[in-house]
Amino acid sequence: MRLYRALLYLYPASFRAEYGEQMCDVFAKQLIHASSPIAKIVLWLSTFFETVFNATQVHWDILRQDLAYTARGLVREPGFAIATILVAALGIGANTAVFSITDRVLIRPLPFPDSDRIVKLWESTPESGRQNVVSAPNYRDWRRMSSSFESMGAYTGERMTLRGHGDPRQLAGVGVSSEVFTTLSAKPLLGRAFNSDDERAGAPPVMIVSHALWQRDFGGKPDAIGTDIRFVDGVYTLVGVMPADFYFPNRDTEYWKPLPHGTAMDSSRDNNILYVIAKLKKSASIRQARNELSFIADQIEAAYPKENEGTDVSVVPLRDLVDAPSRTLLIALFAAALCVLSIACTNLASLTLIRGIARRKELAVRSALGAGRERLVRQLVTESLLLAILGGIAGVMVAVSSLPLLARFVPESLPISDAMTLDLRVLAFAAIATGVMGLGFGVLPALRSSSPALIQVRAKSGIRRERLRAALLVAQVTGSVVLLISAGLLIRALWSIRTIDPGFRAENVFAVNTPLPGSRYDDRSRRMDFYARVLPQVRALPGVTGAAFISYLPMVTGGGIQIVNGMETQRASMRFVTPGLFSTMGIPIRMGRDISESDNPDAAPVAVVSQSFVRQYLSGLDPIGQEFDFADAKRRIVGVVGEVRVRGLERESEPQVYLPHSQMPLRGRMGYSPRELVVRASIPPDTLMASIRNIIRDVDPELPLSLRTFEDIVAEQTGTRMAHIGILAAFAALSLLLAGLGVHGLLSFAVSQRIPEIGVRIALGASTRRILAMVVRDGVRLASIGCFLGLIFGYAAGRSMESVLAGIQPADIPTFFAAVLLVFLTTVTGSFLPAVRAIRVNPVSTIRNQG
Amino acid sequence: MSFKPEEIDALLPLPPATFHILLALADEDRHGYAIMQDIAGRTDGELQMSAGTLYRSIQRMLEQGLIVEPRRRPAPAEDDERRRYYRITPFGSAVAMAEARRLAQMLKLARARGIVPERT
Repeated sequence: MRLYRALLYLYPASFRAEYGEQMCDVFAKQLIHASSPIAKIVLWLSTFFETVFNATQVHWDILRQDLAYTARGLVREPGFAIATILVAALGIGANTAVFSITDRVLIRPLPFPDSDRIVKLWESTPESGRQNVVSAPNYRDWRRMSSSFESMGAYTGERMTLRGHGDPRQLAGVGVSSEVFTTLSAKPLLGRAFNSDDERAGAPPVMIVSHALWQRDFGGKPDAIGTDIRFVDGVYTLVGVMPADFYFPNRDTEYWKPLPHGTAMDSSRDNNILYVIAKLKKSASIRQARNELSFIADQIEAAYPKENEGTDVSVVPLRDLVDAPSRTLLIALFAAALCVLSIACTNLASLTLIRGIARRKELAVRSALGAGRERLVRQLVTESLLLAILGGIAGVMVAVSSLPLLARFVPESLPISDAMTLDLRVLAFAAIATGVMGLGFGVLPALRSSSPALIQVRAKSGIRRERLRAALLVAQVTGSVVLLISAGLLIRALWSIRTIDPGFRAENVFAVNTPLPGSRYDDRSRRMDFYARVLPQVRALPGVTGAAFISYLPMVTGGGIQIVNGMETQRASMRFVTPGLFSTMGIPIRMGRDISESDNPDAAPVAVVSQSFVRQYLSGLDPIGQEFDFADAKRRIVGVVGEVRVRGLERESEPQVYLPHSQMPLRGRMGYSPRELVVRASIPPDTLMASIRNIIRDVDPELPLSLRTFEDIVAEQTGTRMAHIGILAAFAALSLLLAGLGVHGLLSFAVSQRIPEIGVRIALGASTRRILAMVVRDGVRLASIGCFLGLIFGYAAGRSMESVLAGIQPADIPTFFAAVLLVFLTTVTGSFLPAVRAIRVNPVSTIRNQG
Repeated sequence: MSFKPEEIDALLPLPPATFHILLALADEDRHGYAIMQDIAGRTDGELQMSAGTLYRSIQRMLEQGLIVEPRRRPAPAEDDERRRYYRITPFGSAVAMAEARRLAQMLKLARARGIVPERT
């Protein structure tokens, strides 16, 4: 019988209370009538299923009634319903959107089998904390000597110019060793992967292409396998097509070809050219792999001390390729979204509470009609869950519409698509957020509203009695202050970054990339001829005030680092340029002169250096005429120019060295050859591009050209940051609005409860100002507590974001002041209407009503 | 007493359990277990209603106004404290009658098509 009673708990409490005893009675009789053990078992079984079925039905009946009741109530008060759904939608939508991006970037495993065992290996120098790509002999030694890995592969990035498919076009690709595909467990959609035969010297050139390239240039036809792909540098046979969701190592990689034999067999331990990935054995941990590789690195260092001095190996899970600032900002966003959710939740909770009190009468009537407390709570929770679910649906729509905006938060360094989709994980999260929301703002108020004491006695109200609501309001204010401070600190950081001088004048300057292929331009004289034919024509175009070539654009390419005077500790970035580069880019010449035409191949090697070069490596000596060893030659300084933020606005850059392109080696170092045409013009780049294209096409019709403005390059430095701030600021504004509404709601209610008291006060001669002050004081007191807590939590939030604040202190006084001021103004605005209502109270009528 | 036809129609067709309970209460007030026994008796034990189905139906029928719990209980000798008795309301009778009529109509239609149940 006890078992049967337990079974009855499947029914709603109200049903159990009503019929439980009788059902037990009936079941006991049935049990007596069931004579044989088999009949008893049959009875138990049938009773079990019958109970499950009927209990579900009873629950469903109640749910239907409650829903119908809720629907009627909400139709009667559409304002409440709409407000609740909107607030819930914003809270849930914000969270769903931010979760989808956080999940994709930080949580979800990468789209490779056993991706948790895939690691990236770097040569590292523990002293400086620098990680570097790997030299081919070191890579071969790691492979040969290590035993922690199932497989290890190497690759190197490159670009080639495709021809024969419309305009020549530059493609990003990689040379990979066949183990790269093994390590990633990646199989082509069509055709085959590479094997060791493809890597032999003199093997026929083959290529695997991305799904996108196959679709675009081969019409997605399966018979493309085996056909030729023509590049400016050679012809390759297409042997495979990768699946659409395969991205490696970057999103923009469009082809894979075998690692060139020469690269793989390169014998210089100084020439760091390879990226290395590996898959750990199931039995090996990262720590073991690290220890083993460190040991190997020590042996290599002992054998080749010159090239490997202080070189260690770092082992990094592929998942951790997200850089620290991106991670910090994403976590901050997620925390902010959770903050918005809880603010929305508390806001709705207080709204529901206030409504619950207004509905005391209705609840009292229902209670009198025999509804137990459980039924009342259940009804109220159903109501809030229904609203939350409607809000959740609207929230998912909000999230879907914001997904395209979020794509930019997927860092380039991750081998995943940036096409954001709403999948089951995200929907599950939205469902959880909805549930939390519905219960969060439903249960507590429901328990309070339905408590017998409140229903029976018309409680004396006043703000002191409304502790719960006051606490909720304080929480909202706190959350708003924290969000405002976070957004404010990031905005201040952005400002301070924006004021950083990049070292050049970006306005009216743009760059045209001319990817001179190594096959035809390895000879220096060919390039000199190219510059000599292009530059004068470009300079002669109307509107152009300057034009020059340079190896790499600042900020786009941060590297090109060489050692000065043969000392590992002295490094400088190297760029080859044509004359006129400094005036074109607006880099000031501080001393001496520009590179000139007279710095020809036969003249003594010269260099122009940046001011920090003089400061750091010449210890303040008069730089002009000084000589230093750099890139295989002794070079004499002829000029000093201003500092350029080569590595980006937020990073320290190495000192810069500029060398004349005409003094490049006769052959080789092709990678450093100037290929960026920088143009300063007084008219928009787009109008000039056609003429520039014609000029370059006349000289070399096979160059794919691409244009970017320097203003875009600088803006890109802060683009992701801007987007983060945009979202955070939106969150902060939203929470501020909610807090304002919260204050308004709470005070309106308090005033309506205190109307008799206020009436008496007025009748006794209280001045308007005193009444006004009395109401506003309540709001201000709660806001003060919230602000105080908000300042503490805001400081904590600032501390945790310190690494992305670009030097702004987490306790930035102006930010804190502005945040508190905003919240205070909102609070005062929110209490204004209720205060006005309070002073309009007519003492005569209220006192009469009391009597 | 007359009821609005649409009120009655809204409940038709009745779930079999509801119809059986109405039939069981047609001649006298009964408590739950008696209703089950009556139904089992009238259907030769073919319909064994479970406690859950019975009380779920009763709850719904009370809400629909088909039955009531009478204030006056049977004579003390027959009474059992724990038992709760149920009585059919005039509305309940009207609904039961309407359902019977509906079933008869169905039977007539079936006969017209030559689908004739065997007399037992």
